[in-house]
Amino acid sequence: MTLGTGNREPGTGAESSEQRAASSLRSPFPVPGSRFAGTALLYITLILGAAISLFPLFWMVSASLMPTGEASTYPPRVLPSRVTFEHYGALFTRLNLGRYLLNSAVIALTVTIASLAVNSMAGYAFAKLRFRGRDRLFRLLGAGLVLPTQVAMLPLFLLMKQLGLINSYWGVIIPGLSSIFGIFLIRQYAQSIPDDMLDAARIDGASELRIYRSVVLPGIVPILATLAIWTFLATWNDFMWPLIVLSDESHYTLPVALANLVGEHVQDTELMMASSVLTIFPVLLVFLFLQRYYIQGVMAGSVKG
Amino acid sequence: MPADGTSAAWLFVAPALVLIGVFFFLPVAAALVLSLTDFDIYAVASTSNTRFVGLRNYAQLLHTPLFWSSLRNTFYFAIVGGPLTIGVSLGAALLLNAKVVRWKSVFRTIYFTPFVTTLVAVAIVWRYLYHTRYGLLNYALDAVGIAPIDWLGDPRWAMPAIIVMAVWKNFGYNMLIFIAGLQSIPEELYDAANVDGAGPWRTFISVTLPMLGPTLLFVGVITMIGYFQLFAEPYVMTQGGPLRSTTSVVLLMYEEGFRWWRMGYAASIAFVLFVVILIATLIQIRIQRGRE
Repeated sequence: MTLGTGNREPGTGAESSEQRAASSLRSPFPVPGSRFAGTALLYITLILGAAISLFPLFWMVSASLMPTGEASTYPPRVLPSRVTFEHYGALFTRLNLGRYLLNSAVIALTVTIASLAVNSMAGYAFAKLRFRGRDRLFRLLGAGLVLPTQVAMLPLFLLMKQLGLINSYWGVIIPGLSSIFGIFLIRQYAQSIPDDMLDAARIDGASELRIYRSVVLPGIVPILATLAIWTFLATWNDFMWPLIVLSDESHYTLPVALANLVGEHVQDTELMMASSVLTIFPVLLVFLFLQRYYIQGVMAGSVKG
Repeated sequence: MPADGTSAAWLFVAPALVLIGVFFFLPVAAALVLSLTDFDIYAVASTSNTRFVGLRNYAQLLHTPLFWSSLRNTFYFAIVGGPLTIGVSLGAALLLNAKVVRWKSVFRTIYFTPFVTTLVAVAIVWRYLYHTRYGLLNYALDAVGIAPIDWLGDPRWAMPAIIVMAVWKNFGYNMLIFIAGLQSIPEELYDAANVDGAGPWRTFISVTLPMLGPTLLFVGVITMIGYFQLFAEPYVMTQGGPLRSTTSVVLLMYEEGFRWWRMGYAASIAFVLFVVILIATLIQIRIQRGRE
């Protein structure tokens, strides 16, 4: 159950440099000509790829720090002539983005915490508890994975309207509380819990709820972390359903507010870039600090599933 | 298993099943019914204004040029953008899997970063990068002698521009899955190919690619399902234009359903999307099985 990432990297293991050089010949990547030229070409491609991956984000930050109008000049500027934070100030004073930041945070955090409880309980039960129709139910859920969520949106809107949840946090939160993907992820991981451990707890007279809390949950912490990060990022970044269900400005999440702002403020490049930075910054922070869990989860969850 | 195990199990799965049932499966089933009605803005006010119209919405779709062009645009995006994304992902994974490369995890994190960013926000960033006059892309192209292109204002270029952005945003996810797939290929197979005197390209074709089969299928299916659902990129970058050249099926569904409140009609669009995705998934599975 360890999630160490380091042990696969070259140079951290006990491999000698000769072994490494020899195994490079068997690399599936075609290394043309001499080994040195091949390696150099490899690194040039990798660094070029990294530059392309990061450049739009770098320019976003850079343009957000430019004085008004400087991002719309010819020739285009890559770096600000002088750094200014005035646009970030404007976000909170003129544009009320603090409100949207709060909306996004409340929705994303609530969905993350609540869905973790709902999905982990279901995932554990599908993995370890026996009940009639379990496998048939699970196959039905699996079939649901092919259904595009957009198909559900029209009737879901009408349902939410009946329930009086249009234009409320709950309208976004409730449909996000349970996910088939989340149940699958937890189930797959929970299957590795030894049955003996659960039975021992039962013999000791522990209730099923207590077993779940004190045996199961501690055993599946890594996958809970993966699912938590996944859910937080997906909810924070979600656009279409919040756009539909949140019609009043006061409840907008950041992506919805941003799509709305760009209509009015498309000329204010620096201001729009500052808004984009504010929207992306929280998810980037979560990703960079917890990427170990996230990346391992993506790699493990998908391939075996 | 103790007698109360069963009832406990039901308590554990109940919240998830009720939520998914009421807020997902039920609406999907309702969408099918909705697509057979003339549910519109008057029905939103009072459902008694709804009539059952059979397949009329579907018949109307077939005679609507905008529906066909949205279908064509969506296919363009999925059929060009999907394989392009998968190709870039596989290329990046092979590079990162090369034994001589150091700082793998650094490169991996950098390549994955665009995937975690907020789509709406980066779509806005790219809108400025694509600006005909002030955008850095045209400036860079100018340096190599390519005349300025009106990326988002020219019907021929708007969809390629959206595809390029989508590849940039999404390739990192597939890359991770490919890396995991590559690492699960037994080293002995490469040793054997080496002994047989197979070059790198031959090894790639006869060892790496076949061993990646299931991974390719998985990546192909999820990428395609995602790409058929194209929505936020055109919504933010082009509003479906110019000349409707980037109006996707989902964008059309959104406009019909939530701008004009023709919900019955919009539901029929949603179902066509579902059928398209289903058929495309089955074709991919068939192709994969045929290879084995």
